[in-house]
Amino acid sequence: MTEFFDMIIPVIGSAVRLSIPLLFACFAGLFSERSGVVDIGLEGKMLGAAFAAGAIAYHTGSATAGLMGAIFVSILLSLVHGFASITHRGNQIVSGVAINFLASGLTALLGQAWYGEGGRTPQLPDSARFMPIDWPGVATARVNLGELGNFYVNVISGHSILVYAAFVMVPVTWWVLQRTRFGLRLRAVGENPHAVDTAGISVALLRYLAVIIAGVLCGAGGTYLAIAQSSEFVRDMTAGKGFIALAALVFAKWRPFSAMATCLLFGFLDAAGSRLQGTPLPFIGQVPVQVFQALPYILTVVLLAGFIGKAIPPKASGVPYTKDR
Amino acid sequence: MLRTTIVSLSMVLGLAGAAFAADAQPALLYDVGGKFDKSFNEAAYRGMEKFKAETKIDYREFEIQNDAQREQALRNFAKKGNSPIIAIGFSQAAAVEKVAKEFPDQKFAIVDMVVDLPNVRSIVFKEEEGSFLVGLIAAKASKTGKVGFVGGMDIPLIRKFACGYVQGVKATDPKITVFQNMVGTTGAAWTDPVKGGELTISQIEQGADVVYAAAGASGLGVLQKAAEKGKLGIGVDSNQNHLYPGKVLTSMMKRVDVAVYKAAMDVKDGKWTGGINVLGLKDGGVDWALDDNNKSLITPEIKAAADQAKADIISGKIQVHDYMADKTCPF
Repeated sequence: MTEFFDMIIPVIGSAVRLSIPLLFACFAGLFSERSGVVDIGLEGKMLGAAFAAGAIAYHTGSATAGLMGAIFVSILLSLVHGFASITHRGNQIVSGVAINFLASGLTALLGQAWYGEGGRTPQLPDSARFMPIDWPGVATARVNLGELGNFYVNVISGHSILVYAAFVMVPVTWWVLQRTRFGLRLRAVGENPHAVDTAGISVALLRYLAVIIAGVLCGAGGTYLAIAQSSEFVRDMTAGKGFIALAALVFAKWRPFSAMATCLLFGFLDAAGSRLQGTPLPFIGQVPVQVFQALPYILTVVLLAGFIGKAIPPKASGVPYTKDR
Repeated sequence: MLRTTIVSLSMVLGLAGAAFAADAQPALLYDVGGKFDKSFNEAAYRGMEKFKAETKIDYREFEIQNDAQREQALRNFAKKGNSPIIAIGFSQAAAVEKVAKEFPDQKFAIVDMVVDLPNVRSIVFKEEEGSFLVGLIAAKASKTGKVGFVGGMDIPLIRKFACGYVQGVKATDPKITVFQNMVGTTGAAWTDPVKGGELTISQIEQGADVVYAAAGASGLGVLQKAAEKGKLGIGVDSNQNHLYPGKVLTSMMKRVDVAVYKAAMDVKDGKWTGGINVLGLKDGGVDWALDDNNKSLITPEIKAAADQAKADIISGKIQVHDYMADKTCPF
């Protein structure tokens, strides 16, 4: 049993770390889509943010400045999306795809032009990164508390501040959406914008606020990738996480706590895949590495196809709002 | 879209600018990892810079952004009369073969792969020999009796690194456990430091205290996490000891720079030959790195053992298994 715990607990720790970018992107999508703006540009915003975080943290030597810069860039990209799809009622998918292309091309181009390292930003010293925080009592917990201590050391403690921020975000999001006037209006504008408009509240303003919140969250996600998990930006480092986050959002039926659970599940599959690579399984023996790498995707497809029940998106999601005349 | 346009535009401009040179200019085509990957491609770049500094002959270079550009770039080089045209990386093989057939009078070279044409020099390295040495060093430096290997893309070439490494470890102490992981199975596996880092943490949590990275830019994540956790990493291709001084045990150097330099020089001196060039320890094609950054980690005993093994491999006393020969690793 101890052996099992020794194996599974670090995997859970790894799952937590890997699920954070998904979590941020997924909640960004949640705010945006609940307000009726489909956001397929999560990937691009995170990538742009990751680049900004890497570059600004390098020049200022401050991780916080990197985070601020990342959020700023991500909000800018959000506003582009908002301008195209809210103000000009353009196709939201096309606008999102454009943001992905823009971010992928521009980060590589600027990175190469400024630093000449193949689109990477220079390596950061630890002082310019968000470093893991060790909670009190870590040194003795393992000995004194047994498996509980192991869990404490590997899963609860030892993450950067952004990880804890991501988990705080979950109940806060729920509270904002379900218990505040702003949340009620936000949900209403995604279901029935005409009703909101009739009540004398600006649909455009609410939707802009939603995409700005999405920008902030994607900014945090990108920052986490570049200067917490890594020590530099690497070209295309988001590697599809924005799209997996979208899948997680659908899977969670646009609800905060389910979204967190889904992101953790996807993170866990990723982590388990890494850990089980090259480890012989009982009765089966050595399994090819490809199986484990495909596992998260296969499971995603299976889950999406078979067990999800009925996923009903916000009614006005993806539909530009036009006032009746 | 934007990227493609900018790249092709810059190619056109670049090609137009350098068409009138007295000596034939060499040309260098980097692989997807990019010119400054602190590793494989960067070594090629350094070799070419050395050639340029010594001969005052400029050279042309191109960094591809996607697979479709390989042929296009090679053909452009060939049309402009560049010689030799050196393609870096195994994934260029199909493109080199095609273009080399179209231009049978032009001289081509490819690093890390064999293209069987009379006008192509195929430069391959005995990575297993260098990996054997760093495996030996890892085994000597390990205190836990467990060491790790993180490969980039799961291909025979990387298995070859892994196999030599395992042999080196086991030759030193058969009881040592070696964990082996691959970052992925697609080209993205070379540029995923996050995944590389997670694999490293996973190996460290299983007890490894030395981790060898043969994973291109993903290897940066390996070295970073090893350093962060107070363990040791081993770099690859270029000398990566300086990335985390005192935290990188050594680097398995693959002297792509030497090979590239030599290819360009041979053409200039009229000594060019096609065919297969295999560079091992004996030819200085692979080696392990010792400099100011890691000298505190390499005890005299380790150094003596590594030097002895190196001499034994060169003399043939130690036979290092080549994974490519039979696609299996007996260790």
